[in-house]
Amino acid sequence: MTTQQLDPNKKLNIEQILQDLEHYHPRRKGWTWRRVPAGGVDMGPFHYRDMSEPLKRSIGLPASKYFDHIDPQPSCVVTTEIASGHFEDDIRRMRMAAWHGADHIMVIRTMGQSHIDGLLEGTPEGIGGVPITRKQIRATRKALDMIEDEVGRPINFHSYVSGVAGPEVAVLFAEEGINGAHQDPQYNVLYRNVNMMRSFVDAAEAKKVMADACIFQIDGAHNANATAKAGWLVMPELMVQHGINCAFSVAAGMVPELVGLSTVPPNAPPAPKLWYDLPYAVALRDFFSAFKMRAQQNTRYIEADIEEAIRTHTVDTLISMLTSADIQSTITPDEGRNVPWHYNNIRGVQTVKQTWAALDGIKELVSLNHEGPLGQMVRDIKERAVAFLEEIIEIGGYFAAVEKGFFVDSAKYPERNGDGIARDSKGGIGANTIVARDPDYYAPVCSHFGDNHVPAGVEHACDPIGGCTLCDPEKIVFVDELDPEDNCNKRLERTQPYRTGTAIKPEAEWAGDGTVLLQFFVPLPEDVAAVYGVEMAKKMGLVDPEVVNITPMHPVEGCFLEVKGKVDFDIDRTTLRVPEKEIILPEDELVAAVRQVGLRVVAGTVGEDEHSVGLREILDIKHGGIEKYGVKYHYLGTSVPLGKLVDAAIETGAQAILISTIISHNDVHRTQMRKLHELCVEKGIRDNIILIAGGTQVSREMAAETGLDATFGRGTKGIHVVNAMVKILRARGLVK
Amino acid sequence: MNDERTAKFEKRRAELHKLSDAELKARFWELCDQVVEPIVDLARTHTSPSIERSVLLRMGIDSVTSHGVVDRVYEAGLLGKGAGHVVLKVAQKLGKDVRAAAAAIIEDKEILKGLF
Repeated sequence: MTTQQLDPNKKLNIEQILQDLEHYHPRRKGWTWRRVPAGGVDMGPFHYRDMSEPLKRSIGLPASKYFDHIDPQPSCVVTTEIASGHFEDDIRRMRMAAWHGADHIMVIRTMGQSHIDGLLEGTPEGIGGVPITRKQIRATRKALDMIEDEVGRPINFHSYVSGVAGPEVAVLFAEEGINGAHQDPQYNVLYRNVNMMRSFVDAAEAKKVMADACIFQIDGAHNANATAKAGWLVMPELMVQHGINCAFSVAAGMVPELVGLSTVPPNAPPAPKLWYDLPYAVALRDFFSAFKMRAQQNTRYIEADIEEAIRTHTVDTLISMLTSADIQSTITPDEGRNVPWHYNNIRGVQTVKQTWAALDGIKELVSLNHEGPLGQMVRDIKERAVAFLEEIIEIGGYFAAVEKGFFVDSAKYPERNGDGIARDSKGGIGANTIVARDPDYYAPVCSHFGDNHVPAGVEHACDPIGGCTLCDPEKIVFVDELDPEDNCNKRLERTQPYRTGTAIKPEAEWAGDGTVLLQFFVPLPEDVAAVYGVEMAKKMGLVDPEVVNITPMHPVEGCFLEVKGKVDFDIDRTTLRVPEKEIILPEDELVAAVRQVGLRVVAGTVGEDEHSVGLREILDIKHGGIEKYGVKYHYLGTSVPLGKLVDAAIETGAQAILISTIISHNDVHRTQMRKLHELCVEKGIRDNIILIAGGTQVSREMAAETGLDATFGRGTKGIHVVNAMVKILRARGLVK
Repeated sequence: MNDERTAKFEKRRAELHKLSDAELKARFWELCDQVVEPIVDLARTHTSPSIERSVLLRMGIDSVTSHGVVDRVYEAGLLGKGAGHVVLKVAQKLGKDVRAAAAAIIEDKEILKGLF
């Protein structure tokens, strides 16, 4: 089945994606790594040592405009987690994330799905995630097929195989071409209170299905350092949890190359992070050298401050680069305060991209000193982990150890705080539901784990049914909506004006949600500032204002405050008058043209006006002014009479006059501009000179009404002025 | 930490300390395999409602029907035979395909009687 080609200038057509879903089948199965050229990657003026092939279409870091817009892509797969509860809104965010370099899109399930005994269908709304269903997966995979063609790199789609419907979810994922999934029976037991026997029996089947579909597996061990009170002390236990899931996965048929460890640098500043995180990272990579590393970023100590989160995540990425990462996951920096917003997914990806580019090839420049304390700390963690395993065996095995609260205890093994998560092997969700297989047990399907008594004379287990869905996808039954009200069609009707109509509202998660964020300083102590923030936002007309972050600058002098709220009005797009886009010529062309004519200008602030800063910024090389492009200028100062400027231009042979006019009462700025034009006409030089005016109250439209060649307002840079002058010279046939 | 566990740990660590890095790693994996072995055996010889529903899905039976069929098979004490096996037997008995057999199991409990 072919997919529609996306036009980079058009929005995703959600309705079209939902059409003909019943006939859609994934075009590939299994995980894809990035293509990393062995000799490195050359981009712009640089050689990179640890990068993958660049994207066909992407948006680079903001500073990339200074570097020919290069957008180096790390050698590792980069993950972003997107799940707002509405998959139809999420797929737009996936497209944005892909344009910034995410190629592993992880979809978190709606709250409580792991306790649902069976599959969900349709597209009901989720809370803190998306209800994972066949329709939702299919539509998302179909959209990702188009998005990956647009950016020019395969995108891995990922979700979760856990809870009491693990095997069914695994089959669903195998059928629908999901590329990666979390699967860890320990997670169910410890954090979801699923009966331990049920969890492991189900997991073996789920893993076998995943293995045959080449679905990359990520474990759940990192939850221990997100849960334990002191996340950095549970390192020996983390090694044990990873080890148990890896050994169990391989026994169920997985290959180590498709088994990933979900590992998080457990500590965060102000702690001396490196002294904990680095030995742990090294120990893990030593013991698990056959497996893959999915490096996650720290969430344990991430709260409301976005910048703090980003700084910690930068150091997390450094640790990945000093050791290794096959997949670098990103945490949206706002995760500590709300369900992630669109642009924070992008910020997370940017943190990795920026760090990776800055530190490209770091291991060729610096190496870890294993001789000193690092080596000792690594060895200590390993020995504690092995001793942990020995104790598990001594007391009667894994189930007994869980019953005794061995796991997620916040003390450093072998110490115990007694706050571990203990579970009863006979209790929990799904207790007493596993059944012994009879001697004639038979499952007439592929990818089945364990004893299967296929009848004599049958070659493949699924031959008696004429092939299973894993052999013949046409046999898959597509179930559409089960709930006539709670489905994406109803939601799409509601958001239609914002998606395909002309109504505009800002959005953080969902089309038309209206969410905005205010950031400001207020000279108040914390408790008063919080109350003020809400009152101020209300007066500004925001609905449901809520303070999401306060950072004191001083106990009483004031706070930095962030307040979110909703805009409750629409603006019609057709009422917006958008100025025509000025296309800036490439810098090298500008410089060449300036050199060709030896471009020189006279400049000054006109009228009774002493403002000088704005014009100096347009002129001076240190502010990126016209001088940077080779333009010579003669600056006459402030309160310069127009006549003096025109005479100076004639005297010096300048091709242009630049005036600055800030004061605007009685329209004095317009008068000055008009007079300049008239004066040049009188002197007979108008056809040979370029006249440009700028000022805070000047707009681009004023050129036409005042007779000047170009006029500029706020935010103008030297390059805009040079660009205008070169274009005029070209129009006059004076430069090529 | 109680004294007995401390003593045991110190003894263990003294032994582990004698191992080279490679030997310590080998010991780690040996123990991991040892820990999971009985659990793998449990999984090999047991099944669950979710496993059986996943088998029916693979047979081309929709999720809603799969749920109903496995509930019936479980109630009838036949899960140990495999729900797919049961559906296949019913299909053969009725001379119908597996989807029709699954529908028949939901309609009529009696159909499972005397199947094995």
